Amino acid sequence: MDGSHHILSVLVENKFGVLSRIAGLFSRRGYNIYSLAVSPTEDPRYSRMTVVVDGDSAPIEQVTKQLNKLIPVIRISELTADQAVERELMLVTVKVDGSFRSQVTELASIFEAKILDVGYEAMTLMVAGAPEKLDAMTELLAPYEIVELQRTGRIALAKLSRESSKLKLVKNKGA
Amino acid sequence: MKLSGAQALIKSLEMENTEVMFGLPGGAILPVYDPLIDSSIRHILVRHEQGAGHMAEGYAHATGRPGVAMVTSGPAATNIVTPLADAYLDSIPIVVITGQVPLSAIGSDAFQECDTLGITMPVTKHNWLVTDAQDIPRIIREAFHVATTGRPGPVLVDFPKDIANQMMTWEWPDSVNLPGYKPNLKGHPKQIKEAARLIGESHRPVIYAGGGILKARAAEALRELAELTGIPVVTTLMARGAFPDDHELCLGMPGMHGNYTAITAMQKADLLIALGSRFDDRVTGKVGDFAPDAKIIHVDVDPAELGKVRRPDVPIVGDCRNVIERMITAVRSDQTKRDWPDLAPWRHQVKAWQTEFPLTYEQYEDGPLKPQFCIESLRDHTPDDTIVASGVGQHQMWTSQHWKFRHPYTWVNSGGLGTMGFAVPAAIGAKVGMPERMVWAVDGDGCFQMTAQELVTASAEQIPVKIAILNNAYLGMVRQWQELFYEERYSEVYLSPDLPDYVKWAEAMGCVGFRVDTPEDVVPTIEKANEIDDRPVVIDFRTDYREKVYPMVPAGQPNDNIILGPETDRPGGR
Repeated sequence: MDGSHHILSVLVENKFGVLSRIAGLFSRRGYNIYSLAVSPTEDPRYSRMTVVVDGDSAPIEQVTKQLNKLIPVIRISELTADQAVERELMLVTVKVDGSFRSQVTELASIFEAKILDVGYEAMTLMVAGAPEKLDAMTELLAPYEIVELQRTGRIALAKLSRESSKLKLVKNKGA
Repeated sequence: MKLSGAQALIKSLEMENTEVMFGLPGGAILPVYDPLIDSSIRHILVRHEQGAGHMAEGYAHATGRPGVAMVTSGPAATNIVTPLADAYLDSIPIVVITGQVPLSAIGSDAFQECDTLGITMPVTKHNWLVTDAQDIPRIIREAFHVATTGRPGPVLVDFPKDIANQMMTWEWPDSVNLPGYKPNLKGHPKQIKEAARLIGESHRPVIYAGGGILKARAAEALRELAELTGIPVVTTLMARGAFPDDHELCLGMPGMHGNYTAITAMQKADLLIALGSRFDDRVTGKVGDFAPDAKIIHVDVDPAELGKVRRPDVPIVGDCRNVIERMITAVRSDQTKRDWPDLAPWRHQVKAWQTEFPLTYEQYEDGPLKPQFCIESLRDHTPDDTIVASGVGQHQMWTSQHWKFRHPYTWVNSGGLGTMGFAVPAAIGAKVGMPERMVWAVDGDGCFQMTAQELVTASAEQIPVKIAILNNAYLGMVRQWQELFYEERYSEVYLSPDLPDYVKWAEAMGCVGFRVDTPEDVVPTIEKANEIDDRPVVIDFRTDYREKVYPMVPAGQPNDNIILGPETDRPGGR
């Protein structure tokens, strides 16, 4: 995926039909969803959707404004890559017969992947991390022949400020 | 107090001051029709669910109050999708209740089941499926709130049959709590000041007034702003009547079939003050060439409209009336601080265009009847505050052009969706809402055939609307495009003037029917129609099929390419 993607972190009411409203809005306005992750938040009344949209198909300002018009949408934060911590989870089954098994386990340990299942001719790994890390691992596993691969779609939260709030107060007073 | 879901629904509608609803019962909604017998709400039994939806729209157009329609599940729900889509595009507040199969049967392909929620999601501001009778008062309260506040629009409540029979404890909520719905009505003070500053620097400003003016009840504020600043005003198709046509600053309708002055003033403007308008393609023509020198102040209660088509220099999110009133204050204060440019030369230029390029047509004494002549005669022989509804096509454009609107809320039409067949039911709804007013529908023969059966409703309910059919025996606007852009190859546009026989049809529906073939019969027949007040009247005006709507900017072309009339053989030519 190129650099023109946007991450929208959308806080929505946790009710039936909300996903359909959001997905429907994207399709009828001609926007593409690149990936989507949905789960309840710490408050069970709300869910958080992390939507990655392709910036070329979707003018991000319009997407955000249109999403905001949906009544179950409570809040939208747009997260750019440098303002967010992003993580994704991947399960991948690779063909490993005989001699290759050790090579793949070595790769797994470099990437801090977990071996979830081992079969006679294949093994299934789980790896979590930044999307780029998953891309890199996929590339390196490709020569061994990937049988199946599933990614969760990324989830993201805004990066936190590293400045003490007390310090900020002092600074603002000074200015 | 224990109530059944059906009783709770009717009581909730009463709590929302529903005085009338338009509908048609059927299986899934049957339980709700029972408590309706004991309710103060007047129910108008339509002949087709589409009619119920458009009547609710017409009612809302004319009164400003939300129109309410109630129909059953399945085919009834799909029949009302068109009015929902229509109301969605024109921001008309209507509340539609649909019956639904019992909750336990949803998803089982039950008789008369359809996914009403899914189908109507893209054409409603919001919709609800009731899953517990206890939620009914809250949902109905929310539905009316969402329909009527912010940018108004249609909402739908899907009501399963078993919910209607479920018992609940009645409690009316004191407030609405929708954390995700907080329309911003105020307008940013800094932006309003900035707008005033920009207005004070412009030499060729135009106020581009849209339907939002009417939704915000802002017609008076608009007039005050225009008179204070001396800025000419165009009123879009949705805003006809928002500014009086006989006002010296009024330029009338812009757009594809707007008049030369309204279109050209916008093209040459150095500032457009867009108030509740949305830069629709029928107004802008080719967007890239629209008003190329103009800075834009854009006021709209819907933030998504700002920058959707054209990036504004000063975007203001807010209710039109609020913002205009505060803009007036800001302008007054700015005017005391510095000299504002003299707009007299600009107004002079505009006047010159008006003189040179008026709307024209020619009615010969013994020639065929011209549609514009019928409309002007109707205008001249009806009360000043007559409400006029129209369908979609040539007759709609002629009415918008030639009717002189002097009051807001006197024009009821389908702008965004362009729904043929809108006029008859919308006029009925308007008359129900405003029974003391005269209500005329100007309709085309094609449009009339789509929804005419609602005149049976009007006769039965004694709603004396009057219908003027401009019968040119064609799908006239399509014919016009085929003549101009398809080398006069007419494909499937002929309808015949005599089939159906409109007078007999009118009579069969309990109306009085007249036919007018010649110019001298026009006024006497209108006068006869005006005297009838106990039943609907239909006049079949046999008009000249060759007449086309001018001026015209061909679709997708820049607004500089105005075809003025049949004698100008090339765009922009004089």
